[in-house]
Amino acid sequence: MNMDNYIPATAKGAPAGMGIDPVATGEKNINMDGIEETTIKMSARNLDVFYGDKQALFGIDLDVPERSVTALIGPSGCGKSTFLRCLNRMNDTIDGCRVEGDIRIDQSDIYDRALDVVELRTRIGMVFQKPNPFPKSIYDNVAYGPKIHGLAQDREELDHIVTSSLEKAGLLKEVADRLESPGTGLSGGQQQRLCIARAIAVSPEVILMDEPCSALDPIATAHIEELIDELRENFTIVIVTHNMQQAARVSQQTAFFHLGILVECNSTGEIFTSPSDERTQGYITGRYG
Amino acid sequence: MSPYFAVAVLIVLITFGHILGRRGAQQAAGGQNRLLHSLPHYYGLYVALWTGIPAVILIALWIPFQPYFLDSFLITSLGDKAIGLNNDQLGLLLNDIRNVADGNISSRANDPLVIAAANRLTEWRQLGYGGLLVITLVAAIGGLILARKRVTINLRARNAVERVFNVVLFVASLIAILTTIGIVLSLLFETIRFFGKVPITEFLFNLSWSPQTALRADQVASAGTFGAVSLFAGTLLITAIAMIVAVPVGLMSATYLSEYAPRKVRDILKPALEILAGIPTVVYGFFAALTVAPAIRGWGEALGLDVASESALAAGLVMGIMIIPFVSSLSDDVINAVPQTLRDGSYALGATQSETVRQVIVPAAFPGIVGSVLLAVSRAIGETMIVVMAAGLAANLTINPLEAVTTVTVQIVTLLVGDQEFDSAKTLAAFALGLALFCVTLALNVIALRTVRKYREKYD
Repeated sequence: MNMDNYIPATAKGAPAGMGIDPVATGEKNINMDGIEETTIKMSARNLDVFYGDKQALFGIDLDVPERSVTALIGPSGCGKSTFLRCLNRMNDTIDGCRVEGDIRIDQSDIYDRALDVVELRTRIGMVFQKPNPFPKSIYDNVAYGPKIHGLAQDREELDHIVTSSLEKAGLLKEVADRLESPGTGLSGGQQQRLCIARAIAVSPEVILMDEPCSALDPIATAHIEELIDELRENFTIVIVTHNMQQAARVSQQTAFFHLGILVECNSTGEIFTSPSDERTQGYITGRYG
Repeated sequence: MSPYFAVAVLIVLITFGHILGRRGAQQAAGGQNRLLHSLPHYYGLYVALWTGIPAVILIALWIPFQPYFLDSFLITSLGDKAIGLNNDQLGLLLNDIRNVADGNISSRANDPLVIAAANRLTEWRQLGYGGLLVITLVAAIGGLILARKRVTINLRARNAVERVFNVVLFVASLIAILTTIGIVLSLLFETIRFFGKVPITEFLFNLSWSPQTALRADQVASAGTFGAVSLFAGTLLITAIAMIVAVPVGLMSATYLSEYAPRKVRDILKPALEILAGIPTVVYGFFAALTVAPAIRGWGEALGLDVASESALAAGLVMGIMIIPFVSSLSDDVINAVPQTLRDGSYALGATQSETVRQVIVPAAFPGIVGSVLLAVSRAIGETMIVVMAAGLAANLTINPLEAVTTVTVQIVTLLVGDQEFDSAKTLAAFALGLALFCVTLALNVIALRTVRKYREKYD
């Protein structure tokens, strides 16, 4: 791996257990440009992923700093989406997918048998490539998560959660007068912001975004990018993107994947100005990908 | 000579045309096939089609019309002997002549008039078939020559052949539609005749059904009342029972199959359900009549209830079981059609599988599920064999599932089985019932297909 200044894994090989390991709280990622005192929110160590007999990821070590945006870039099929889906165990729903290695959130192993995957996914929200609002009203789309987790005591509180989530997703002004109309009737960009509102309604700690703008036009994309920048204040964000300008604009840390290997991970500024690996250089300058 | 000879000659000519067209194209290209617009095979097909189609159309027109012309010739040749006979008598006479000509047994085989006419008929038939052969040959050879002349390297044989197949496919699709229209029209005309004998208000509003009228004047029978209300009530009762069984079980098994079942279980269960769908309804029928109905009666008696030996409950239960695979396989399809992204979206919010199914998948698939249930209802309404065997014949107007009821389909069967008189109100009533039933199932199918289509549009 090409991460000379990478922090060694703290909890590697330690017996897994939720929140048992107090060692690493307050650990610093000295790599962040400008923002130095950063806690590591999630970390992967020696992560291998297999689809049946085919190995998709090879020994990934990656730290995700808290309250910042980490972008995963790389050519198609390089494993960046696979990695993202390991972080909230969405890969569990795929037949024949096997994950080996160690992923931790706040030092607790997310592949621990004792861990409730449903609870994990309330802590780690996800926004998908294609906007996927449920065939329900705008209100019910956002209220879905809070309802199933019982986050609101009464209707008033639920209303508050819905409006504040829509507000945070920058959608409230556009839909305030039609909360009861179907979410599928919105435009593509609005649908995607609705999905972001839906994700933040359950107050996750981390939001994973899988190419959230690839199905959107440039104006809607600009909206979402602004939104990501605002969300960074409260959430840890990991975003997969094909668009290198987007990675440069929205992220603080960038990881470059190639053929299932994490080639390079560094502050976004470093990656785009002086990448240390030839392959990264080749990809960001458009020689392949 | 028979019409088969003309057909045989035609087949030979078509084969010949194919070879000729193919060779002609190759010759025109001077052996260099790539100069041709189409592959040589298409030129062969082109000539063969031109040889065959006009001739086949002529044969198809000739064969049904020849008897009509021969009959009218016969009548003319009979001259004054045919005059004074009414239509029925004339028909009988012609029939006898035809029978004698065919060498069949006839009551008038010794009548010299008939024998002479039969001889004339045989002669004319030969003449007719000879004429058919000539016309077929002329059409086929004419088509062949014409088509062969048009074979040049620039002829777009492939496109022409394509157009012919286009028409063939169109005609094929038309056949089903025309048949349906024909059936509906025949139902409609007989129904109109029925309402000429029985007022439509009686059919729609009278509560009593007793169609067993006398066939002959000397028979003792009821005057006959034709109130269809109790039949439709019985049909609805049995359909309702069937749906109470089939809809929940079918939906739950569809949900299990599409959302929960591991692949191995699914691979076994799905074909097993399809086997259930393949059991002939008559087998379900005697299962209902011989196993389920007595069992229900036994349980009913144990509980002190009065259960008829042919109860609506037995027929409905078994019909419900029959419809389960229907509901389950259709619902399985619509549930599978719900995009995976919706499931992902729900799981990513920390929803469990059952929350996802109940709150996202079923609402998303709902219109499709409604459609499949409506299709199942129309199937249940039209189902005949189970109710014939297990539901009984007595037209009781009741909603008690333990009593015997009868259904529209059962009555149609009983009206048309046995000795008939085809213009009595009793027989015609079957057509009125059939038309009413057809209207109900047609309406259900239209609604069902529309809801399913609406649902498809939403996600494609």
